[in-house]
Amino acid sequence: MIKAGFAGAALAALLATTAQAQIANNALKIGVLNDQSGVYADIGGKWSVEAAKMAVEDFGGTVLGAPIQILSADHQNKPDLASTIARQWYDVDKVAMITELTNSAVGLAVQALSAEKHKITINTGAASSDLTGKACEPYGFHWAYDTHALATGTGGYMTKQGGDTWFFLTADYAFGTSLQADTTAAVEAAGGKVLGAVRHPVNNSDFSSFLLQAQASKAKVVGLANAGLDTTNAIKQAAEFGIVAGGQKIAGLLYTTAEVHGLGLKAAQGSITTEGYYWDLDDKSREFGNRFMKRTGRMPNMVHAGTYSAVMQYLKAVQAVGSDDADKVAKKLHEMPVDDFFAKGGKVLPNGRMIHDMYLFQVKTPEESKGEWDLYKLLATVPGPQAYFTFQDSGCKLTN
Amino acid sequence: MSLAARQRGAAAEGRSGFNTLLVAATLLAALAAPFIIYPVFLMNVLCFALFASAFNLLIGFVGLLSFGHAAFFGAAAYVTAHAAKVWGLPTELAILLGALAAAALGFVVGFLAIRRQGIYFSMITLALAQMFYFICLEVPFTHGEDGIQGVPRGTLFGIVNLDNNLAFYFVVLAIVAAGHLAIWRIVNSPFGNILKAIRDNEPRAISLGYNADSYKLRAFVLSAGLAGLAGGTNAIVFQLATLTGVQWQSSGEVILMTLLGGIGTLAGPPIGAAITVGLQTYLAAIDFPVTVLIGLIFVVCVLLFRRGVAGEILAYIRKRK
Repeated sequence: MIKAGFAGAALAALLATTAQAQIANNALKIGVLNDQSGVYADIGGKWSVEAAKMAVEDFGGTVLGAPIQILSADHQNKPDLASTIARQWYDVDKVAMITELTNSAVGLAVQALSAEKHKITINTGAASSDLTGKACEPYGFHWAYDTHALATGTGGYMTKQGGDTWFFLTADYAFGTSLQADTTAAVEAAGGKVLGAVRHPVNNSDFSSFLLQAQASKAKVVGLANAGLDTTNAIKQAAEFGIVAGGQKIAGLLYTTAEVHGLGLKAAQGSITTEGYYWDLDDKSREFGNRFMKRTGRMPNMVHAGTYSAVMQYLKAVQAVGSDDADKVAKKLHEMPVDDFFAKGGKVLPNGRMIHDMYLFQVKTPEESKGEWDLYKLLATVPGPQAYFTFQDSGCKLTN
Repeated sequence: MSLAARQRGAAAEGRSGFNTLLVAATLLAALAAPFIIYPVFLMNVLCFALFASAFNLLIGFVGLLSFGHAAFFGAAAYVTAHAAKVWGLPTELAILLGALAAAALGFVVGFLAIRRQGIYFSMITLALAQMFYFICLEVPFTHGEDGIQGVPRGTLFGIVNLDNNLAFYFVVLAIVAAGHLAIWRIVNSPFGNILKAIRDNEPRAISLGYNADSYKLRAFVLSAGLAGLAGGTNAIVFQLATLTGVQWQSSGEVILMTLLGGIGTLAGPPIGAAITVGLQTYLAAIDFPVTVLIGLIFVVCVLLFRRGVAGEILAYIRKRK
């Protein structure tokens, strides 16, 4: 019995060594690099690391006979620190792929660095559509969402649902203004009208004067072209001003289950958002959501689910080409359709953008909600090709 | 005056043997380090060492607590990155231009701030640095929150290929060593002695006929320029310049580094920088939030060894003598 086990193990080891020849350094290492202690710790944070680990476990823990390892680090929102860690991972630890990469400065820095080093990045955390636009790279992929998809989803589909007059509260920096411009385009394309906009400073704590202007504009939708704490503060104060109760709708343009849960339904009820994933969409998404919940005590948002999907797809690509060679795997990732609980009929464009359906949600009222995480009702599904830039429009200079 | 200087010189000579040994040992360690420790991490440490030393030049030797030093570090990073990427300037010129821009900004900030003392001085530097932060957030050439990315490392004088981390490490080491040499010269010069006199008793220095404001301004510009040298070099090392560099948190961090290492000592700021950057990098993978841990270490440091690492060691050596 013991002998047979031993022989089996020896045989397995022999098989493993032959297969491992395809994986450099006898282990496939995947890095999860993101903010785990700062403002984005809830949107992604260590929950994304757990999602990546789940993907590895579901895959079986090994690929082509080599063990798969997840490395993770908190870049503390410092791009130079992120760059140090990424370089060290590539040069010393021989990491094959880095994922998550919350915050666009970090995402752009690591994507450029990785292309230089011929390594793959799959960004699931950062919003900037420049990642697959003018900063696109042959080894860079963008998985869960981007600013353009959020803007077209919320802007275009809200307008079609009858929210055809808009007023923007815009964070006064490039991110806010570009989000406003993208949304305006989507609103106008759907036949809506923008009645006005007001800019607020970044990390603002008092939105009262801006909200009063929004209220006075009588626009049907108040669009929040901001992120993080600015969005949650604005929504909290909008509830106090009775904006939603007064018949106007609040649309957060970058706003996920993590923030809605943090705010609570009482403050967030009635607000509108676009996400690439919600746990309670169908059986497959529920299955993952419940497993994630059991493991971490919270439901995943699109960044967590996207990280799982990205890692899983990467492992499948490695398996399919029989090697972790970045050129071959990148080529495979571009070709392979994505079909999992996260993306149905997803496909990757030549610029690295994974296009998949996005969903327009309305946050439930406390009465409608049946549980702590019963947060959204689905208003509309935005088909992937409509949500995202086409390769031609993305501004990406790569030739096919 | 000259007699006093000579006496000081004689007293210094007794220590100089030991000091030379120490400097030589440090340099040797720095030359050997990249073969053991990851060079990119070391370059990050070196840049922050120079940044902290430049800050220490003000707080330690002139007694001015600037709470806006990140503005100079970050401004130089932006100028260097833009010059290297958009204007296509050679790397060494781009870094120099960054340092000069930081010095010019230092002149403006210093000119306004040195008119006030103590906390008011600090608040003015903080306010101006925050203004500068918002300018960086808005102007197009900094690319807002995306920052300037993909800055080419280029070559040094067209010969040394800086894409090689090891080669670049020695270039950074040379830049940072030159910066520290400059600080050492400034501190141990008649000019430096007057700065220390102003630090210890400004009215007395004025009554001796020194124009304190002019000395303070010159020290401020020098400090800003050296901080800029660090910022520009850092931008080339990491091939990017972002808002993190000009944020007030960076100003706070450089104070932390200097306090940890030892205010008013030449060895202190680099030690503090190595500790802080080391913790940020090597604790990034642990489950406990790094920022909390660094905060705790800071609290312990302030409670237990107030003079900082280098300060406590120096005090110990003095006590034994």
